[in-house]
Amino acid sequence: MRRFILILILIAVSGALSGAGEVHPRFAAAEYRLTPAATPELAATTTDDTEVELDMDEYLYGHVRDSYEWHITTVNGRHISIPLPVILVSKAGRGFFAFSSKHLEEGEYQGFSISTSEKRPGKIVEKGPDGEEIRPWDFSITKNVLGLMINSALLLLIVLLTARWYRRHDATSEAPSGGVGIMEMMVTMVEDDIIKDCVGEDYKRYSPYLLTAFFFIFINNLMGIVPFFPGGANVTGNIAVTMVLALFTFFAINLFGNKHYWKEILWPEVPTWLKVPIPLVPAIEIIGMFTKPFSLMIRLFANILAGHLMILGVVAMVFLTAKMGIAVNSGFTAVAVFLGIFMDCLELLVAFLQAYVFTMLSAVFIGLSRQKE
Amino acid sequence: MSLITPDFGLLFWMTLIFGIVLFVLAKWGFPMITDSVQKRADRINESIRMAKEAEERLKNLASEQEALIDKARKEQARVLKEASDSRDAILEQARVQAKDEASKILEQAKTQIAAEKESALRDVRKEVAAISVAVAEKVLRKELEKDSGRDELLEKLVDEI
Repeated sequence: MRRFILILILIAVSGALSGAGEVHPRFAAAEYRLTPAATPELAATTTDDTEVELDMDEYLYGHVRDSYEWHITTVNGRHISIPLPVILVSKAGRGFFAFSSKHLEEGEYQGFSISTSEKRPGKIVEKGPDGEEIRPWDFSITKNVLGLMINSALLLLIVLLTARWYRRHDATSEAPSGGVGIMEMMVTMVEDDIIKDCVGEDYKRYSPYLLTAFFFIFINNLMGIVPFFPGGANVTGNIAVTMVLALFTFFAINLFGNKHYWKEILWPEVPTWLKVPIPLVPAIEIIGMFTKPFSLMIRLFANILAGHLMILGVVAMVFLTAKMGIAVNSGFTAVAVFLGIFMDCLELLVAFLQAYVFTMLSAVFIGLSRQKE
Repeated sequence: MSLITPDFGLLFWMTLIFGIVLFVLAKWGFPMITDSVQKRADRINESIRMAKEAEERLKNLASEQEALIDKARKEQARVLKEASDSRDAILEQARVQAKDEASKILEQAKTQIAAEKESALRDVRKEVAAISVAVAEKVLRKELEKDSGRDELLEKLVDEI
């Protein structure tokens, strides 16, 4: 237990330090960049050769949004980023395309370009037959997809290595120590505190899914706090990711719901006039079926997104005050570093808490669908 | 705003990746861990139960032992009491028997003494009679030798007889 707390503190401190030093003032102004040709109104607006002004919107949203390349840093105006594969299937009937995202930096490539329209800024579009922008089927390995892959690989590694320990040792006669011990502690905590209590009798069937969901969210949350590659992708703060997680929970609830659960929805124990001829209560119950996972989706997404935005906002104080003179700037920098440490620690808590809450609510909903009369 | 519209590509990849992760972990990851932990927990519970049982048995053993000792002590007391009782009885019996024997012997001695005394008395009487006769004889003879009064004497004697 003491070891675990120590490691948590270590992670917190290192995370906070790197979070605070996330961007150097000199490069920060142009920290997020987009292709100048594609987004003239975004990014850093150059006022003269040496000074740049911070575009707050672009700075904030650029960091939390998905992108086609993994931007690492900018040194003396030169962007250093990892180009990622773009995979597209044209809706205009031009077939299948796969190329590196670096081709899109200079503007159009093979009929595709990054949109600058209000409707879908930053997304790849192609020209339709009558000249309007249409979005192709976009299977690109974006920053978030790569982040997902890296984090998932990490998760698989951690859990499978832990499982290997149990395969090689007789767990009845010896207890693991170190990393395996931490994993055992966390797995046991999730299983005993959340799954057994909330699901009830046949928790064993749902335990692998709920454990996977917990550790998947937790590791993605944690990696999201790490400010440099391979962390920093805003994975769990992306609504598509939380939507898939919520859908898995939705199916886990409804595919295995028992008779009692469906009766409660379709023919609940209320006065008959509430059910026939207008099925008022059943309608509410059916809406409830969808609002449960919907709330899961929004909760995780909004919490993580808000956390990222707050840390970015705190760090932005350094650059917003850059022009106000050295005294003001250093004062605000000190405040920003302090607040940054605080926010990063808070985000560590939130990373755990949101994984916990998502798993617990999923378990509660599943438990409700398995309730005996 | 693009932040709240889920992107199709990311949906696709997320479903695929999460599906794979779920499949792999549900098959080779978590069940292995949870089962092992469960097994260990069962084993620990079992051990505790057995320890409790052993303790219980030990406690029973002690009380059993105590009961046994108690019983033995009672038995000992009983045997001792019995022994002393029978000793008393034997003594009493012996005493009674001895008394009987003694009184019998005494009785015998008494009758014998009485008989002896009787015979002795008879002998003495006989002896006295004999001596008296002898004395009378001697006296008579002397009287008769004296001649003076022999006749009167004889007459007197005959009269007397």
